[in-house]
Amino acid sequence: MTEPLLKARGLVKRYGRVTALDHCDFDLMPGEILAVIGDNGAGKSSLIKALSGAVVPDAGEVWLDGRKVRFTAPTQGREAGIETVYQTLAMSPALSIADNIFMGREIRRPGIMGSVFRMLDRPAMEKFAREKLSELGLMTIQNINQAVETLSGGQRQGVAVARAAAFGSRVIILDEPTAALGVKESRRVLDLIQDVRARGIPIILISHNMPHVFEVADRVHVHRLGRRHCVIDPKDYTMSDAVAFMTGAKEPPEALLSA
Amino acid sequence: MTDNPTTATADRVAEFDQGRKGFVHQVQHRLHVTPALVPLIVLVGSIAVFGALLGNKFFSPFALTLILQQVQIVGIVGAAQALVILTAGIDLSVGAIMVLSSVIMGQFTFRYGLPVEVAVVSGLAIGTAIGAFNGWLVSAMKLPPFIVTLGMWQIVLAANFLYSANETIRSQEIASEAPLLQIFGTTFKIGGAVFTVGAIFMIVLTLILAYVLRHTAWGRHVYAVGDDPEAAELSGVNVRATLISVYALSGLICAFAGWALIGRIGSVSPTSGQLANIDSITAVVIGGISLFGGRGSIMGMLFGAVIVGVFSLGLRLMGADAQWTYLLIGVLIIFAVAIDQWIRKVSA
Repeated sequence: MTEPLLKARGLVKRYGRVTALDHCDFDLMPGEILAVIGDNGAGKSSLIKALSGAVVPDAGEVWLDGRKVRFTAPTQGREAGIETVYQTLAMSPALSIADNIFMGREIRRPGIMGSVFRMLDRPAMEKFAREKLSELGLMTIQNINQAVETLSGGQRQGVAVARAAAFGSRVIILDEPTAALGVKESRRVLDLIQDVRARGIPIILISHNMPHVFEVADRVHVHRLGRRHCVIDPKDYTMSDAVAFMTGAKEPPEALLSA
Repeated sequence: MTDNPTTATADRVAEFDQGRKGFVHQVQHRLHVTPALVPLIVLVGSIAVFGALLGNKFFSPFALTLILQQVQIVGIVGAAQALVILTAGIDLSVGAIMVLSSVIMGQFTFRYGLPVEVAVVSGLAIGTAIGAFNGWLVSAMKLPPFIVTLGMWQIVLAANFLYSANETIRSQEIASEAPLLQIFGTTFKIGGAVFTVGAIFMIVLTLILAYVLRHTAWGRHVYAVGDDPEAAELSGVNVRATLISVYALSGLICAFAGWALIGRIGSVSPTSGQLANIDSITAVVIGGISLFGGRGSIMGMLFGAVIVGVFSLGLRLMGADAQWTYLLIGVLIIFAVAIDQWIRKVSA
């Protein structure tokens, strides 16, 4: 059996008297799309934040590629190759697509223009951004200097996914990527997710939308009461089974229950 | 014509294919991309109107460079104000920092007998430190910029009066003993045009800041923080360091304005520059920088400051009551904010 690319054991996170993560386990296999589903307040967001470094768990361990890691800031997770697309997208609406893609990791000009005058290498950044958008089939976006606020919701989501895909060398985490989108735009984003996976990068997809989850996911991690309740194969179960496991209306078979 | 997508987009590489090609939308788009355009048009228009009305009395190298000299202090302080407003903050303490810095430069030289160079560096350092403290209160203590700088304005102004004992250092003394303090007042003539070091400094400072804001990572971070601080943080921007550096730089620029103030009025006076905070906000707003942060360009601020100068000189030469200047500036402020709101609608 192959080793998980990203593995967590016994994660605990408490906020005052609320336990968001209660000895939670997690496994992401290389090259797969793993959906994380769960009721509101089940601790899905705490789980992904503990994995990406946005929150520091009170207890528990995380392994990336077999090596134990401990992130204390989101930038550390990012440096290790874990990129997160937040539900809010985390983009600056008035800035251009290229500026947003490189926010916080700008490229400077070579030579003294860069080292002394700190000048950004706009041509290189724009070229890179254009390539990344084309790779993901976002060809309708041709003016890379367009402000992000002039894009439609789906295009913004596309840019955010492209940013994650461009720099996420190991894992990409998507938090509710289709929640704010219409039918057509959701389709576009789901295609994008497939494209990213086709390039060999595993994806963690948090979603409430069961049809989307069942369409793209290889495995479904059902989160309940702060821990992994079970992991199901979407080919073996129906959406209503998944919802029943998620809400506790139905118990999953013994074999699937994780310790 | 312009509504027809085939003719409109044929020779253009690609704007957005959203079908919004109406003339009004194109204007809106242009303004969105280059926010300094509105103040530039107003500036050129007002110079043309006053030039037509007043002829050579106004439209001469001497009068036009006189305007630059008159707006130099507001322009320099406005640059500091613009940086802070771009981060969605406001700095009400700019004028007080400026005056305190000039008093420190003067008193350190004349009261303690320090070399004038040391006194100048001390003034610049204290201005920077006050600004950095503002920035720390805003970013680390999470206090609203308006409140922080309102308090700092009073504190610094009171400290200025207490420290200086409300004592003015006369121009002749400075000229004979520490001419370096008046260096910003040095004039030189090119034809009929009269430039001062202070006016040149204002222009060069604005150009440098325009470059830094547009072409360095720090500049982009200033805009990102002003636009949406949480998004900036999640994208990997150090929001706290950016804010502290912006307020500290603002303090440093205000201290330079204090130095320039000595050159402008000749003496070191603790009661001068009382309106600098309001005047600088006026220049920034007329210059098309959004008070909500993240939008606008620092060149716009310079145009805004010069527009105010053009109106006051032009109306004075016409013999109009000075109140007309304030009235028209008030109209311009409201007009500028209305334009800003309209430009922002593209995001809706």
